[in-house]
Amino acid sequence: MKLRRFLLTVAAPVSAIVFAIVLCSVILEAAGYPAFTAFHSMWTYGNKTSSLISIADRAVPYYLSGLAVAIGFKMNLFNIGVEGQYRLAALVAAAAGAAVTMPAFLEIPFIMLVAMLVGATWAFIPAALKVARGVHEVISTIMLNTIATGVSAYLLATYFQEKAKGKNIDLVPKTKALPKSGQMPALNRLLRAIGIHIPVGSDLYGFLVVAVLIGIGYYLLIWRTAFGYDLRASGVNPFAAVASGVNPKAMVIKVMVISGAIAGLVGMSDMLGFFHRYTTDFPTGIGFTGIGVALLGRNHPVGVAVGAFIFAYLDRSAQILDLNGIPREIVTIMQGVILLSVVVAYEVVRRIGQAQETKAAAEAATRLEGPAPREPVPA
Amino acid sequence: MTAPATPLVSGESGGPRPELIGGTARLPGKSKFVVAAVLILFLLSVARATTNSPDVTSSGTFGAALRLAIPILLAGLGGIYAERCGIVNIGLEGMMIMGTWFGAWAGWQYGPWWGVLAGVLGGAAGGLIHAIATVTFDVNHIVSGVAINILGAGVARFLSSLVFTPDTGGGITQSPGIQGHIGKFSLPFVAGGRILGWRSPDVSGWLERRRWFFLSDLGGMAKGLTGDISLLTILSVALIPLSVWVLWRTRFGLRLRSVGENPSAAESLGVPVYTMKYIGVIISGGLAGLGGAFLVLISSGIYKEGQTNGRGFIGLAAMIFGNWMPSGVAVGAGLFGFADALQLRSNKAVHALLLMVAIGLLLLSVLWALRRKPIRAAVCAVLGSGFLIWFLTSNRVPEQFVGFTPHLVTVLVLALATQRLRPPAADGLPYRKGQVQ
Repeated sequence: MKLRRFLLTVAAPVSAIVFAIVLCSVILEAAGYPAFTAFHSMWTYGNKTSSLISIADRAVPYYLSGLAVAIGFKMNLFNIGVEGQYRLAALVAAAAGAAVTMPAFLEIPFIMLVAMLVGATWAFIPAALKVARGVHEVISTIMLNTIATGVSAYLLATYFQEKAKGKNIDLVPKTKALPKSGQMPALNRLLRAIGIHIPVGSDLYGFLVVAVLIGIGYYLLIWRTAFGYDLRASGVNPFAAVASGVNPKAMVIKVMVISGAIAGLVGMSDMLGFFHRYTTDFPTGIGFTGIGVALLGRNHPVGVAVGAFIFAYLDRSAQILDLNGIPREIVTIMQGVILLSVVVAYEVVRRIGQAQETKAAAEAATRLEGPAPREPVPA
Repeated sequence: MTAPATPLVSGESGGPRPELIGGTARLPGKSKFVVAAVLILFLLSVARATTNSPDVTSSGTFGAALRLAIPILLAGLGGIYAERCGIVNIGLEGMMIMGTWFGAWAGWQYGPWWGVLAGVLGGAAGGLIHAIATVTFDVNHIVSGVAINILGAGVARFLSSLVFTPDTGGGITQSPGIQGHIGKFSLPFVAGGRILGWRSPDVSGWLERRRWFFLSDLGGMAKGLTGDISLLTILSVALIPLSVWVLWRTRFGLRLRSVGENPSAAESLGVPVYTMKYIGVIISGGLAGLGGAFLVLISSGIYKEGQTNGRGFIGLAAMIFGNWMPSGVAVGAGLFGFADALQLRSNKAVHALLLMVAIGLLLLSVLWALRRKPIRAAVCAVLGSGFLIWFLTSNRVPEQFVGFTPHLVTVLVLALATQRLRPPAADGLPYRKGQVQ
């Protein structure tokens, strides 16, 4: 029975992906592009070592973003504001990191701490508005995303921008670079040690380790602590949770703040491993991708990791499509279709599971009590 | 994700109101409405006169405000149709994006009115997807809506790469220009409209140029709202009374709302619940699509990627602000449109707005103090003084802040106004046929 349930659970995302591939093939063919060539070239390109390293590097921010969304989803709290939280956090953390120089074992945690604090503070605003004024977090977090963009542009231009040297005009506003101690080493040596040949120009960012630790921490927090129990209870049945002594308002604040703190780390992988500063070129949109990743992974740390990998894989492997003259935007559609069909598939699976349980219960009842007595035949 | 999506407001719900049975829309008291409007215009004239920035109440600003309010209004009306039948529609933004793309495509190929039609159909297609997911498959409404937003953006981008190729003068992020124009109209005797070719006097324009306190501001408003307005604007504004009539005066509207209040009871009376929900959500998408088409056909003349810029969400906020009523949505949309217009017109006008917000908050604080609500009064007083100090110690608002004025206004307004709202009772709840309540 347990195996069957597991298979059913896996069947949902797999069928969603198959459906998405079929639908996108139809779209591509209808638009006059060879669908098989498209997916075949994506597959070959995506499985090269350089691609896989790049995919891992992309997956880490997606994963953290997915976890930040997932912890809210666990109690039906929708933090759509990860986008604004991580961007503001990355900017302030970059500025703080550039301002002080400490040994690496202090510098890197310091930068991360600043990022988490900023993310948590920005997430506290919608939480407070919800608790005190009943403003739904979906609306307020979306508005705060736009506000965060404006605020960070202002902060960057007014306080944190590195002045261009001499007469060069800076086309891309950026903060000062982090000191050497604030740059996280790559994991390339580790890969070589296990016998993987690394192509020139590929770097596996060291932040992967932190992401794994956060994933484990997330699991422990949600499934192994009293707080996590209250959180899940609030999601499944808020009334029962309140009856058992959970303070729903405090819960909203705590979960949003934790979610914002995780969101603050989203930009850290790219910043500590590659950019070493904040620029206006910093990757955007990760917060929105995180929503899809969390949905795909059903808010479970392992599932979210798989979801992050799939989205990163699609992103990376789509780059080859341009060379074949196929619009790579098909991948955006594919991500949307996967997302929508996976939630539908989970619902279908849930119904199948429910029907099976009903059937099993009926059978068990029959075994215990014998067949239902027949109606007496009227004379 | 089968747990109920929480309705967009968690304020106290006051139980069913007689409005559903009695068949009368609870419009805001007309006199109260007029008083509020006059007061706001008065505050605006104070801000205009003291800061000497005519853009605060110029006809240009009000005209722009109207143009900018319409997409928000249409998204908000769309939100009403969905939520009145119990489906939360976060996907309005994605449906609006579909409206912009299809509106631009048909407008470029066949002309503007075809663009309007295509925009509506594009948005309605998004609504259909949302209905399939939420009604038939019981997917959490917010989850489905978020997915539709991602999908809408993806579809628009993909289609652009197919259709708006460089040789058409477009590109992946923008379309070629729209062919032709939608006609314009000016009200005779108020804004100098023509009657059978004869040009009537432009009373409000004359008044506006006098720079008299309050009267000129009134003139600017009248001129902006009645002069040179697009026929599509008139059509969109007409949808407000039409929606009131449809939702509160027809059998269809009663059924639609009953599904959003108590689907089990509606079903027991023979209302086809699923069908009503499908219709409501598809209309919702169509209206959002019309809003998108408006952006393309009237506001910009072309499709640009990202031009909806969160207007679907702001529309949703306007709907909440408007207490799920068409007239309330209209007020909300007007407010957000005005904030948007000011930031587009001039920095000085936004700076003047600071003063107005400060005065408004301080007045509110006094009001709360009189009603013996010390905490609210204190919060308003602190916020109001903050804005006042900001206004007095600066000459302009930083450029980067100006762009998010409407978004900030949205948050502030929701924070100050969500307490006495009543969403439809079954809003966001899953419903299976034959379920016991």
